[in-house]
Amino acid sequence: MTNSPRVGVYICHCGINIAATVDVHAVTDYAARLPNVVIARNYTYMCSDPGQALIKNDIAEHNLNRIVVASCSPRMHEPTFRAVIEEAGLNPYCLDMANIREQCSWVHPAGTMTTEKAMQLVESAVAKATRLEPLQTRQVSITPSAVVVGGGISGMQSALDLADAGFDVTIVEHAAQLGGHAAQFYKTFPTLEPAGLLVHELIDRVTTHPHINLMSEAEVTDVSGYVGNFNVRVKRNEEMTNVPAGAIIVATGFETFDPHRKPELGYGKYPQVMTTLEFEQVFNRQSQIVNPKSIVFIQCVGSRDQAIGCGDGKPQTNAYCSRVCCMVTAKQARLVREQFPNADVTVFYMDVRAFGKGFEEFYDQAREDGVMYRRGNPSEILKRGERVVVRAEDTLLGEQVEVEADLVVLAVGIKPRANSEAVAQLFKLSRSGDGFFMEAHPKLRPVETSMAGVFLAGCCQSPKDIADSISQARAAASAAMIPLMRGIVQVDAATSYIDEELCAGCGQCAAVCSFSALSLHPVRGKMTVNAALCQGCGSCALACPSKAIMVHQSTFEQVMSQVSALADWNRLSLPVEAEAV
Amino acid sequence: MTDSYEPRIIAFLCNWCTYTGADLAGTSRLQYPPNVRVVRMMCSGAVDPVYVLKPLLDGADGVLIGGCHPGDCHYQTGNYKTRRRYVAMREILKSTGLDDTRIWLRWISASEGQRFAETITEMVASLKELGPSPMRVAWAV
Repeated sequence: MTNSPRVGVYICHCGINIAATVDVHAVTDYAARLPNVVIARNYTYMCSDPGQALIKNDIAEHNLNRIVVASCSPRMHEPTFRAVIEEAGLNPYCLDMANIREQCSWVHPAGTMTTEKAMQLVESAVAKATRLEPLQTRQVSITPSAVVVGGGISGMQSALDLADAGFDVTIVEHAAQLGGHAAQFYKTFPTLEPAGLLVHELIDRVTTHPHINLMSEAEVTDVSGYVGNFNVRVKRNEEMTNVPAGAIIVATGFETFDPHRKPELGYGKYPQVMTTLEFEQVFNRQSQIVNPKSIVFIQCVGSRDQAIGCGDGKPQTNAYCSRVCCMVTAKQARLVREQFPNADVTVFYMDVRAFGKGFEEFYDQAREDGVMYRRGNPSEILKRGERVVVRAEDTLLGEQVEVEADLVVLAVGIKPRANSEAVAQLFKLSRSGDGFFMEAHPKLRPVETSMAGVFLAGCCQSPKDIADSISQARAAASAAMIPLMRGIVQVDAATSYIDEELCAGCGQCAAVCSFSALSLHPVRGKMTVNAALCQGCGSCALACPSKAIMVHQSTFEQVMSQVSALADWNRLSLPVEAEAV
Repeated sequence: MTDSYEPRIIAFLCNWCTYTGADLAGTSRLQYPPNVRVVRMMCSGAVDPVYVLKPLLDGADGVLIGGCHPGDCHYQTGNYKTRRRYVAMREILKSTGLDDTRIWLRWISASEGQRFAETITEMVASLKELGPSPMRVAWAV
């Protein structure tokens, strides 16, 4: 295989998608003259069965050992063609692709320059292909257990699903009690079921489950290892425990927006002003409120708001929608109307977002029950006698209004926990601009993270209601079950590797590695790569002063061969060359 | 000469953001000049300064590095490393007598096909303004 490279080049017409813009026959002739190319062909659809058969036959007949396919983006069909050459007996990593559709024929006009671009892209791929080495994907066996960080509803649901499937699960919860924020709620929207019932059902199942080990008043202090074989260090009562785990689910929840950051609302100054979360507890205790005559709810407190506050020049509020506050307000307003039928209930809102199943109907019912919705963002809350006054502009009427109230409830938004940066570093997670943990792909990989084997559930990823949190928790549990059930994980072969002849063991590569994949071998004094941890990003290769560490599939030599092919302008006859020479 | 001058650009695009954004420009059929040749990198943080400087010394007119927006790196911090390196690369280029605006660094996400197409269009215009790399003629003679 490592003998002299014998390259086959396959240029796809993609119907007319490529062929109408790029002169595929000229590209084929050009490719055939390149060094190491044994055969170059073009065909209507390379990805079709006859196209694939063409490649397989040539591999056998011409004893090819490297394949270049010039077609659509490798992000589309690289797995297809890797499988094709593997079926023909070649190593799947002996393939390179030239993207002459998405990045050439679809974006440029028909003509010489476009065809010449395709030629150069093929030449670059051939140059790289001749330098590709066969690689072996490795398999690593895994620890069939999981750690769930956070004992709120999301964490508990994830843990229950994993435990019901037969895996041992450890829940690490920082508080003394399970249940998180949901344990503080009175009733849920849109069904008005007591929240306590559903939370306590989960708590009962978790605490009695034979496969669940609960560590409360505990925190994770360190995470090492990789997908399939993590070691989670947990601190509890000054005592350290090592918990081995094949997968980790992060379900660390949220904090509510601190309304002190909007001083005009008088929170903390007037006892009549409280948050929606505090109001839930008032309902739970069924006390404190003595026959109010007027109650005002204010929505979007700290959400959909980019005001600068508190004098330090930084946004104190959040640009995003917290997704739950509209319905929390509608729920509390309905409950208030039910309990105090003579009280006036006013809601100040920007827009009402009642998007979920049964939400719009619930909101309609709130208005039918006599809750008064006024569009406008209150500018301040003042004290007047024993009561407070909410001053706002009603933007539908276009006039200033004042509403006297015995009680003002602020619908505070959801924000990332204050320690989320530290948690992100611990589990090597990315965070999006709003500070929540970032999923691997917003649509296709919503519960995975950029760290293989670490999954997200609940409000630590973005604001969610209970139903969405449970859905995501169950999704995270089933995603975590994929490696756990399989018992092994495939490790991509395109990882870094060390040339021990050159390595001085200085550790500069380890210093830049975000995945802790590099360590100094205690005996040999050389760096070693943990291939299961390495994500193949290539930072290490640039940090090494002696080029002792490289990433398979994009070594210095391989990339430079591409660059040289692309920079060698004299080979093609673009207009300026004729004049310059 | 300037009339027929077509700048030659080599682009190093990260697999997760800008390369995918360039693919999106394709699926959206957004047109931009064919002066750019792309090398697909796993991360902008893996772009060795040699990859950038060598083609410029060989006569390429411009090099584009495309990475994920700050904070969005698939590998957490690769683009921050590139950002620091970019400053150094421009300094080195200046010391060779070449214009340091021949190196471009842009953050283009997977959903910004339009931005990719616009970036190439802008870069071609800017390099046309600047004129061909003096290294081209030097090597050709």
